Amino acid sequence: MGFLTLEGVSKVYGGVPVVRDVNLAVAKGEFVSLLGPSGCGKTTTLQMIAGLVEPSGGRIRLDGRDITQEKPNRRGLGIVFQSYALFPHMTVAENVSFGLEMRNVPRAERDKRVAEMLGLVHLADMADRYPRQLSGGQRQRVAIARALVITPPVLLLDEPLSNLDAKLREEMQFELRRIQRRVGTTTIMVTHDQAEALSISDRVVVMEGGRMTQIDAPYRLYEQPATPFISTFVGKMNRIAGVWRDGTVTVGNAILESAPADIAPGTAVTALIRPEKLRLCRPGEGRLAGQVASRFFLGGHWLLTVATEAGEIMVSVPNTGEEPAREGEPVGIDWTPATLRVETASEVAA
Amino acid sequence: MNRSVATPWLLVAPGALLFTGLVLVPLVLTVVLSFLAYDHTTGIQDEWTVAHYVHVLTDGYYLAIFWRTLRLAALTTLICALIGAPEAYILSRMGKPWRSIFLLVIIGPLLVSVVVRAFGWSMLLGSTGLVNAALQAIGLGPVRLLYTETAIVIALVHVMLPFMVIPVWTALQKLDPMVEAAAWTLGASRFTALRRVVMPQVAMGLLSGSLIVFGLSASAFAIPGLLGGRRLKMAATLVYDEYMHELNWPLGAAIAILVLVANLVIMLAYNRAVEARARRTLG
Ligand SMILES: Nc1ncnc2c1ncn2[C@@H]1O[C@H](COP(=O)(O)OP(=O)(O)O)[C@@H](O)[C@H]1O
Ligand SMILES: [Mg+2]
Repeated sequence: MGFLTLEGVSKVYGGVPVVRDVNLAVAKGEFVSLLGPSGCGKTTTLQMIAGLVEPSGGRIRLDGRDITQEKPNRRGLGIVFQSYALFPHMTVAENVSFGLEMRNVPRAERDKRVAEMLGLVHLADMADRYPRQLSGGQRQRVAIARALVITPPVLLLDEPLSNLDAKLREEMQFELRRIQRRVGTTTIMVTHDQAEALSISDRVVVMEGGRMTQIDAPYRLYEQPATPFISTFVGKMNRIAGVWRDGTVTVGNAILESAPADIAPGTAVTALIRPEKLRLCRPGEGRLAGQVASRFFLGGHWLLTVATEAGEIMVSVPNTGEEPAREGEPVGIDWTPATLRVETASEVAA
Repeated sequence: MNRSVATPWLLVAPGALLFTGLVLVPLVLTVVLSFLAYDHTTGIQDEWTVAHYVHVLTDGYYLAIFWRTLRLAALTTLICALIGAPEAYILSRMGKPWRSIFLLVIIGPLLVSVVVRAFGWSMLLGSTGLVNAALQAIGLGPVRLLYTETAIVIALVHVMLPFMVIPVWTALQKLDPMVEAAAWTLGASRFTALRRVVMPQVAMGLLSGSLIVFGLSASAFAIPGLLGGRRLKMAATLVYDEYMHELNWPLGAAIAILVLVANLVIMLAYNRAVEARARRTLG
């Protein structure tokens, strides 16, 4: 039984289903990410939890209480909007203090809690500034402080980091997790960035076209993607179509050894393997021969595309100080059979 | 070098010429005229005098008309703000096709001449008009409406409303709708969110709307002329009468200048008071 649960929640806009039959149970203190491409219904789902969008069907429960029909100002959830939605005519301190004022917290205590919260987000010396005088990262922290100061049972974050540049974004991911751990607030974060979802969540919920297609811990999600879409949306994935024969995947003349699977011989299958699970070796060695088609240097590793009999295959080579094979050079590819997963066509259709 | 110095002057020249020809020169001529002596039998004299100003400022007849002008313009502005601000808010929260349709409904009347609309109101408000007929039907009438201040204010509000709705609507357009939602999620009721979050944001729009409505109402001519009748004069109709009926152009000019100065002072003071407060928070 979750702390926050969605039971068969759906939303239809003008006959078009935007969120379909969503079921989710979030435990107390958990950090859950809603991951999906733009337009898949993440914001709509979050706003239904917040009470800003009325669900077309289903129930939302908070700590056992049905809040489906409750007004947003009665739910008491903390929300950080994608645009931050700070009050432009109020100072940082006034912004943070607003929710406490609405709760009739006495002046002295209000000031104390605002100061504490601003300290937590490292903005103590910005209290008297207006939002327009702050940088993107600072605004975001004000928005978080404003949402957290009311000690909400649940914190909802809508792409809170998408407006930041890469460096700041990484810092803020860390910061966000630090604050969440400190305060222990149950958090749901919407994002379209798979790396962000993997790095800071306890569990990731993947949404595709309004449906939740996988709910798993980051490691499992990465290692065992439930749908073809997830396999390529979360990380990179080689997908090789072939036929199941004698415990291997056969693609033309190439034979790809895989983990054992209970599949009828002759079935059309797809072999799945991540680029970093493949090893580059000398020509003639390994399980598959090929020729380097392209090579990209990405700092920590190189990403090579190797043309083989089984098609073009991405291989990630860690940057150990030795330069890997150049374009046009023949190479071999090797892997541990257990890391090559097999998906049947019927699974794909599911 | 030479050219780059001349360029800005050349660029402002058309506008400056237009402004000089259409505003500055007539204004200066009016000021000059207002200081010329006037004789009922021989007309405008070649002597300077401040007699017209003294006359206007000491005569209760004129002061009463000025006071009425100020009062009705202020009342019109207030009513326009009370109706226009909610109207703009509702408009900004409307869905796709309706917003454009209702914006057109609001702006549409501007396409009809003020004179035509004033006649329309005089037919509605007349002793046998629709309003009185309706009042009589429910046993409340007849009520004298035409040629009263009420009639003037009703018609002025009708004409001026778009000038209030449009600036407020523009200000609302710039407001992120999520800001209001943020206030709700922090525990504010709809009303509190409007008062504490939306209102301060549209204050500048409300200010410019009020200035436009006040200025236009205080100098309105057709509506007080047609709906106020011969007796209920406002500043603009008074000036017209001095020019066209009394033929005392210098006195008319003095009144016009006084109205202009009073209008300017009121608007500048109002603007400064509200803007100072708004600038502190909005920048
Ligand atoms: N108020 C609305 N009216 C009609 N369609 C909407 C509305 N809000 C969102 N949608 C549609 O719902 C879909 C999902 O939107 P959203 O939840 O914002 O996606 P995401 O946040 O995942 O990018 C989109 O196709 C969008 O066009
Ligand atoms: Mg979104």
